[in-house]
Amino acid sequence: MPFVTSATLNKRYDVIVVGSGAAGGQSAYTLSMEGARVLMLEAGRKYVPENETPMFQTPEEGPLRGAATPDKRFGFYDATINGGWEVPGEPYVQTTHAAAGRFDWWRARMLGGRTNHWGRISLRNGPYDFRAHTRDGLGFDWPLSYTDLAPYYDKVEMLVGVYGNNDGLENTPDSAPGCLLPPPKPILSDLLIAQGARRVGVPVIAGHRAVLTQKLDFNTSPARLHPGNPTAQKIIAADMQARAACIWATPCARGCSIRANYQSTTVHLPPALASGNLDIVTDAMAHEITLDRRGLASGVSFIDKTSGKECHASARVVVLAASSCESVRILLNSKTARFPQGLANSSGRVGRYLMDTVGSSLGGQIPLLESLPPLNEDGASESHVYTPWWLYQEQLAGKLGFARGYHIEFGGGKRMPGLDTLAGIEWLTGGSYGKKFKEDARRYYGSFVSFDGRGEMIPNEGSFCEIDPQLKDKWGIPVLRFHWKWSEHETRQAAHMQKTFKEIIEAMGGRVNGAVQTDGAQAIQAGGSIIHEVGGALMGRNAHSSVTNRWGQTWDVKNVFLADGAVFPSNADKNPTLTIMALAWRAADHILDLMRRKDL
Amino acid sequence: MDRRTTIKWMLAVSASMPLLHQRAAGIDASTALPPVPGQGYGTDPDLTRIYHPGDLWPLLLTPVQRRTAGALCDLIIPADSASPSASAAGVVDFLAEWVSAPYPHQQADRALILAGLNWMDSEGVRRFGKDFTALEEAEQHLICDDICCEQTAQPAFTEAAKFFARYRDLTAGGYYSTAAGRKDLQYIGNVPLKSFEGPPLELLQKLGLSPDEVQRG
Repeated sequence: MPFVTSATLNKRYDVIVVGSGAAGGQSAYTLSMEGARVLMLEAGRKYVPENETPMFQTPEEGPLRGAATPDKRFGFYDATINGGWEVPGEPYVQTTHAAAGRFDWWRARMLGGRTNHWGRISLRNGPYDFRAHTRDGLGFDWPLSYTDLAPYYDKVEMLVGVYGNNDGLENTPDSAPGCLLPPPKPILSDLLIAQGARRVGVPVIAGHRAVLTQKLDFNTSPARLHPGNPTAQKIIAADMQARAACIWATPCARGCSIRANYQSTTVHLPPALASGNLDIVTDAMAHEITLDRRGLASGVSFIDKTSGKECHASARVVVLAASSCESVRILLNSKTARFPQGLANSSGRVGRYLMDTVGSSLGGQIPLLESLPPLNEDGASESHVYTPWWLYQEQLAGKLGFARGYHIEFGGGKRMPGLDTLAGIEWLTGGSYGKKFKEDARRYYGSFVSFDGRGEMIPNEGSFCEIDPQLKDKWGIPVLRFHWKWSEHETRQAAHMQKTFKEIIEAMGGRVNGAVQTDGAQAIQAGGSIIHEVGGALMGRNAHSSVTNRWGQTWDVKNVFLADGAVFPSNADKNPTLTIMALAWRAADHILDLMRRKDL
Repeated sequence: MDRRTTIKWMLAVSASMPLLHQRAAGIDASTALPPVPGQGYGTDPDLTRIYHPGDLWPLLLTPVQRRTAGALCDLIIPADSASPSASAAGVVDFLAEWVSAPYPHQQADRALILAGLNWMDSEGVRRFGKDFTALEEAEQHLICDDICCEQTAQPAFTEAAKFFARYRDLTAGGYYSTAAGRKDLQYIGNVPLKSFEGPPLELLQKLGLSPDEVQRG
């Protein structure tokens, strides 16, 4: 019985995994497929994408034409339920509300977490990203190299399905043969952007996203994913066959009922459940890791949200995959006489070096794209192409004034018209109304492009979280208090993004919409707004300067592991999800190895 | 529309909020409106059912307000040979749903829009002795021509022009997000396809583009 309750869970498991998103899903998948008995605790409700996804719904079928509201921050149809930057009953504390010093914490209290709605952009960290400090003296190196993680990137790509090309660019790694699916053809604005970008020396290559542009290779991949394990091979081969390829319609952010993109609920959990080794308790709000007399973890205390009762589950190993900040919160709230600063915090570094991604955006209007014939440009929703960071040499030579790179994501195309599609076009029309406005709408529809920069933030002493001494959430659990600071590396980078976007728009013969921000402090979006928070329990080479070793195993308590973004020693411009999954798989392999050797 | 675009849209709306509680240049949005009676749909609504205006919260526009709202949105989006008018596409119901929604941005719009609709009628009376809806179309145009562009509006019409810009955005948003609006813009997506072929070659050639603009390693 895979979905269990606090009353029906087993007496003892091999591993408790806290969280069900990218990290929890991958951990539970690897462990259960390789024979470990796993209990997953998820704070949100059970969520079934096959039944609940609003595929093909049009805006007028939802309230307010699908507009975003405080209840649904990314619009009515977004696949986030019981989530957002504010979650009712689950507050957190900001030390300032000023834009420059705030961190907004996104949570998604649902099975699968934010993998249900994420952008599916799946980029590998490159070799430089693992030795950031060695290269420029800032931040931290990772205690592992790209070559250590590369086989796991290969496996994750084969398992979840990622499209892209191997372009052989600097610090933008290729995948092993047979890992990537073919990328979708560019849409018209992609080609125009590529042409304009080339004129100003900016490369544009195929995007990498976790969307099945064709069915997965269910003949070859299973043996590469689970060598020597015919049972696991059979389960995953059957599951790969059951996933449909993309049908080039209905936005990925709503989730996908035909399982054509990656979300933990449609990709990781079904085969893990089919193994018979995974139990899941939903509505289980984990808040503390309990210890035995030897100082090892004995299990996890959680609140059953359906009854409000305090419950406990036992296991040999605990894997925290609750999201960076929630995992930190659980460690800091696991305070005992033996660990008065919280669990695994003898270094004093739990909660430190929180990072997000640097974000800055600019839009433009392109006359060449006006009044075009009808085109179906829904495609795979977004990011058929992108720009990887391209100025490594200039940066290393000190020519840019900031130390780390960014990539660019593009928007454009004749998307399904919505509330904002023809809003705010007075700057183009001179204020037309009546028949002239309808003609203008036809002319300008599909002629807009947008540029989103996504850049690396360097960890700093001013960006961290801790337990607030007073405030508790509605379950009585002490909450986090956030401190946030950008350095000039980030704000200058944001200003550089703006300058680059303007150059590309103008090279396309277009016009910038609104103001180009030359002041980086104005150009940069608030901390937490890109929802790439990582750090807080960094992995490192020794116990006094880091929280975990290179396996995500805490230095202080050997049967507690962190599988989510909390362990990232740096936050490369590459979106973190693929790296989270690769690290989680690697950590799970290590746990299995230690359990086999009776070291856990 | 990607999720960050949605957020940008929300921020743009919030940026327009400060003007709402000011009394300025003929638009009186200062009268405190009673709070709307409805509740929001919460953080876990059923995403797969079909909703209609009025299903979730009562629609608060009076018959007089609906009449002015309809006249103004049809002046912005009239019927033509290709597509129906805004009111025929259900935009008045949408506007009523919008201003009646128990959310902060919609409530900010409510103050602006109710005051703006009231101003349209007052301005009709002031200039021509009749409510806006009772005016000849040419007279309606004379008023709208003064407020249809924020950049060029006379100072006396600054606030009215802000109202008109917002009203036009909501009208256009409400209209083009319907089947009639999608047809008017010749949107042909949201249908399952076996493959995605990208833009046709003839179109690329016309625009001076090659299908190989994207770099390959």
